[in-house]
Amino acid sequence: MSSKLTIADRTFNSRLIIGSARFPNPDTMGRAIEASGAEMVTVAIRRVNLKNKEQDQENILNYINREEYFLLPNTAGCFTAKDAVLTAQLAREALETNWVKLEVIGDDDTLFPDVPELLKAAEQLLADDFIVLPYCNDDPVTCRKLSDMGCAAVMPLGAPIGSGMGIRNPYNLQIIREQIAVPLIVDAGVGTASDAARAMELGADGVLMNSAISQAKHPVKMARAMKLAIEAGRLAWEAGRMPRRLYAKASSPIEGVIETSPDD
Amino acid sequence: MKITVNGETHTFESGMTVQDLLDVLDYGSQNGGLAVAVNDEVIKQQQWPSYALSGKDRVEIIHATQGG
Repeated sequence: MSSKLTIADRTFNSRLIIGSARFPNPDTMGRAIEASGAEMVTVAIRRVNLKNKEQDQENILNYINREEYFLLPNTAGCFTAKDAVLTAQLAREALETNWVKLEVIGDDDTLFPDVPELLKAAEQLLADDFIVLPYCNDDPVTCRKLSDMGCAAVMPLGAPIGSGMGIRNPYNLQIIREQIAVPLIVDAGVGTASDAARAMELGADGVLMNSAISQAKHPVKMARAMKLAIEAGRLAWEAGRMPRRLYAKASSPIEGVIETSPDD
Repeated sequence: MKITVNGETHTFESGMTVQDLLDVLDYGSQNGGLAVAVNDEVIKQQQWPSYALSGKDRVEIIHATQGG
């Protein structure tokens, strides 16, 4: 059994954090979340629909039991520190939690973070007693700044949100792992099970994913695959892998090999 | 008074409280998961019955939905 995941004052058995978006239907979402083993589920904060209550983006509390899962609100859709900070404050009020997945986006096509605004928002939220889990790019300098200022974790992307491209820069993630002590959660871009295992083998403390599960042909099956992949990757990391070599090193002993009579 | 609620302009009686506004919009009896900001400041649920809105106020009423 591998160790538990501790972030701030909470401990989790699961190292998989799951998003609640882009599922084909609420039933599949519920079953996928259960199959994934996740204990923490991210949600977004959006305006209620005042014109047409039936067409309202539904209140996620109708579908996810807060007794069973810890809900982590995000600030998705925010492009400025001001928007992100207010969104986080509204989330705190609506969900009675001071935990926030902080997203401050700089570009509509890549959804990469706006780093200066992200740092500004993180500072303000930390001063307002939030537990901040910032989504960021795979830049060791940004991660260090976020860690130093007091964020409870850093959450560098594997690849752009929803891209399914996997771990695009394993070397940066390795550097981030070596340089920062706070929990490292690879957040965004994971596409299939081996991506999640890879992230854990690089030393990540957890993986946050949404589309990888919700957009799979069989989300519940993929959720189970991800659960296993993250467990396997974590065990492999804790087991301490063998070193890599450029040349071969025979596995079988050299001594005692038979000889046959030479050809004439 | 004219106020903006979730980006749309509405005309209401002055002195209307946040709770009155939620009632009028049919969100008054929503149990949990709702939050309100007026002019970029969160108004806590305990204050809804007493916080009076003024003309040109910008109100945001939100809840948690699906998200990654």
